[in-house]
Amino acid sequence: MGIFDIIGPVMVGPSSSHTAGAVRIGAFARRLLGEEPASAVIGLHGSFAATGEGHGTPLALLAGLLDLAPDDEGIPAAREIALERGLEFRFEEVDLGEVHPNSVRMFLASEGTELAVSASSVGGGRIRVFDIDGFQVDLDGVYPTVLLAYPDRAGAVAMVTTILSNAGMNIATLKAHRASRGGQALMTVELDHTPTAGVLNALRHLPHMDQVRFVPRLGFGG
Amino acid sequence: MANPEGTLAFYRAEAEERGVPLSRVFLDGEARQSGKRPEVLEALMLDRMNVMRQAVARGLARPQHSRSGLIRGDAARMERWIEGGGSLLGPAFSRLVAAALSVAEVNACMGRIVASPTAGACGVLPAALFRVAEEKGCPDEALVRAFFTAGGIGLVIEKLASLSGAEGGCQAEVGSASAMAAGALVELLGGSPAQVDHAVAFALANVMGLICDPVRGLVEVPCVKRNAMGAVNAAACAEMALAGMESVFPADAVIETMGKVGRRIPEEYRETARGGLAVLPLTGCDSCGQGNFCS
Ligand code: SF4
Repeated sequence: MGIFDIIGPVMVGPSSSHTAGAVRIGAFARRLLGEEPASAVIGLHGSFAATGEGHGTPLALLAGLLDLAPDDEGIPAAREIALERGLEFRFEEVDLGEVHPNSVRMFLASEGTELAVSASSVGGGRIRVFDIDGFQVDLDGVYPTVLLAYPDRAGAVAMVTTILSNAGMNIATLKAHRASRGGQALMTVELDHTPTAGVLNALRHLPHMDQVRFVPRLGFGG
Repeated sequence: MANPEGTLAFYRAEAEERGVPLSRVFLDGEARQSGKRPEVLEALMLDRMNVMRQAVARGLARPQHSRSGLIRGDAARMERWIEGGGSLLGPAFSRLVAAALSVAEVNACMGRIVASPTAGACGVLPAALFRVAEEKGCPDEALVRAFFTAGGIGLVIEKLASLSGAEGGCQAEVGSASAMAAGALVELLGGSPAQVDHAVAFALANVMGLICDPVRGLVEVPCVKRNAMGAVNAAACAEMALAGMESVFPADAVIETMGKVGRRIPEEYRETARGGLAVLPLTGCDSCGQGNFCS
């Protein structure tokens, strides 16, 4: 927490949880997908469903998917921008159970790939991503984050950390999540610095790696 | 008997020891923490001030209407009232009110603002600081420093209590903004760190217990007008401190008390929109005569 968290962020109103946080959730999901989604089904939970419309939360979520920043004055026009760019979207109300009241679940699809992300806006524009494709995760978008999907087996973590440490990359957190023993696994690695294309490439070429995704640090407006 | 780190007394002691204003202490602290040079930080603050200035101008120039229909261009209405010579205490006071309304309305209408400390309370600091600076002819460099003082006071409140309506009621949002503005105004006008402390204590004590009860859950009513109240309260408290009045309680104690009060405010009065004004039946607006609000 610093002075510019207090005098800031620069954002589009009316509420840091309902707009700024929602934009960041959209932005995180888009970056995770790796390109502009062609379609989005957006499920609003709790107070996102109850007071989201009046707060412009659906607009903010769309704006994030469209890569607008939290302080972009185009946010109120996000629906029109989405239509223009051919993003098909649909909103629905969902019950995600015992999660933060400001939460959302998104199903995104583009030409090459699909993605399910659930996240909460936890206050002050901060977010917590808690589910990716059915894996329980705990990410906040503050760090550059690498996500690796692979079949669960011994040695995967060691191979990843070797590549990262050889490249001089400091790991802030590393967590492996798996659906079942020996089943599919997802590793999330938060880094202090943005990895180069070479590092990401090396990770992609590890044996048995199904998919390597990268989400750059989410900057905040202003 | 050292003051615990993060309290206002702690920063005050450093300011007094070094013989510098509080803003210097906060700016140096921020430079240390972020690794950025003070000049860079000052430029960043000026950028934020300029966003605030645009928000002030926007709501005064064009009536802001929110999608709920609850906000209907009151800042612009106030501006016309001032131009028509209606001011009760002279235009400076009315313009302070108009500026706070303006920024808060721009926020409600999804315009660009600086959350300071929150989006709901974003009108207080720009209104109080810009209007007094204008009235007193303070240059931007002095204003930049005042914003660091405001931010530093916000950090203290965040540490000792809370800045969120959901945690502490509106005393934590508009109340904190008002205390930040009061302290910053004192420094802007040449008051001592001790006087900053008194102004912060006055401002927060004045709104102790203020609940958060946003109608329909939106940051519109009563929020926009509470921003005007917060700005007026800040000016009054700064003036009392500058005149030499002293608070019976130090600011840290008042801040901690605010935190305690906040935790005991029932949940329906903490941003849940389940109590207070939030559950009053709406009586409709005069504009359409339908006894209802447009949505
Ligand atoms: S009433 Fe609640 S939502 Fe409105 S400004 Fe105050 S704290 Fe924020």
